Amino acid sequence: MGSQPLTTDKLYSGYRNPDIIRAYSHKIHQAAQDLDRPVNIMEVCGGHTFSIVKYGLDQLVPDSIRFIHGPGCPVCVLPQHRIDASIALASMEDTILVTLGDMIKIPGSRTSLQHARAEGRDVRFVYTPLDAIKIATENPHKKVIYFAIGFETTTPMTALLIEQSRQLKVNNLFFHINHVLVPPAIELILQQGGHIDAFIGPGHVTTITGTGIYEPFALQHHKPVVISGFEPIDVLDAVLKILLQLCDNKAIVENCYSRSAKPEGNLKAQALVSKYFETREDFIWRGIGTIENSAMKLRDEYVEIDAEQQFSRYCPRATQEKTSGCLCGQILMGHAQPKDCALFGKGCTPSSPQGSCMVSNEGACAAYYRYRRY
Amino acid sequence: MCLAVPSKIVSIDHEFCTATVDTMGVSREANLALVENNVEVGDWVLVHIGIAMSKIDAEEALRTLELHEELLLSSDIQENDPDGKSTSDDG
Repeated sequence: MGSQPLTTDKLYSGYRNPDIIRAYSHKIHQAAQDLDRPVNIMEVCGGHTFSIVKYGLDQLVPDSIRFIHGPGCPVCVLPQHRIDASIALASMEDTILVTLGDMIKIPGSRTSLQHARAEGRDVRFVYTPLDAIKIATENPHKKVIYFAIGFETTTPMTALLIEQSRQLKVNNLFFHINHVLVPPAIELILQQGGHIDAFIGPGHVTTITGTGIYEPFALQHHKPVVISGFEPIDVLDAVLKILLQLCDNKAIVENCYSRSAKPEGNLKAQALVSKYFETREDFIWRGIGTIENSAMKLRDEYVEIDAEQQFSRYCPRATQEKTSGCLCGQILMGHAQPKDCALFGKGCTPSSPQGSCMVSNEGACAAYYRYRRY
Repeated sequence: MCLAVPSKIVSIDHEFCTATVDTMGVSREANLALVENNVEVGDWVLVHIGIAMSKIDAEEALRTLELHEELLLSSDIQENDPDGKSTSDDG
């Protein structure tokens, strides 16, 4: 086994082998028959939602198994007032706002960064946050603000940017932190719902955090959590393991993504995150509301680079979300599916999104629009 | 958003802690700061927004593939379903 090299073909095609997909589908049907009751499985990560809809994995399992799409897209859950803040910051004099491409079209209460850019604001979408250092260095007389988004997967990348910019003594780079956390959202769903039987755990979040963050859901809530990769066989493997746990009346954290996610996670990334960040008291999730301890902020000692503190008078306070009548909030909580929404594919499309789930590629509505419109 | 792509390390620049990686035939740069001391040329890493977030454990990847193959062999799908079509709707 050790002498056999890992190849591109194995890493991709190996996990998409149609014969193995059929074998998993068959085993899942058998296990579901043994279990003989409906099962609601929430995939927390937008990447999983995308895989399920793209590969039609929901059509390979019996009707008794329902995939419930969770709040696993960090740009979908970003509230309007924070998007408004990014636009307000970009509108300050001598300012360049830098962020990831996922933010381009997300609508705030009135407009989006795309529109702000069209109106002449200097908004730059980068492939990697580390590009912000180059932009700041090339524009020493401007304020460069990195608008940071993402779950636990992405927070260390912002921390690395901060670390490197401090090492290089870049003094015109500021940070607006919007990093959110997966476990508090799962906890809220479990407290409010009771309609979820098990979770597919996000493989890349776990690669950073390790598997321990899900233990309370297994131990206290008695819900199986199976951590999965993003290829079709990965997801079906997780579904089968969930069913086998339910058949045995077990609820443990299992890791089906051992090729990347280790029990302890990436310790170096974790150390960097805790060096710069601490948990916020609360954070508003779009369509869901306030969740305690569900996001990160810069530690007090880094106040001089914290855009929220330094430019607080420009950042709008939280206001009542303007709603378009769409069901994004219910979809994010797993209470509705995209096609339940009256606006889906009519008033709300990827080119003219009304709600956040249609905006991001990983939003449930965008995935359904792309692969299940008809 | 949490998308991370398996990429193979082609060369490493130790001074800047970066690597040239091959992502499905496309050559690009990845920062190695979160995985340094742990990777060498020829290793696979998961790259997220230009930064390697973990080394892919090749033995684990191959072992998992073997388990999948074993599941296929142990499955009675081929006997029950000679056309290879899983049309069961009895669940």
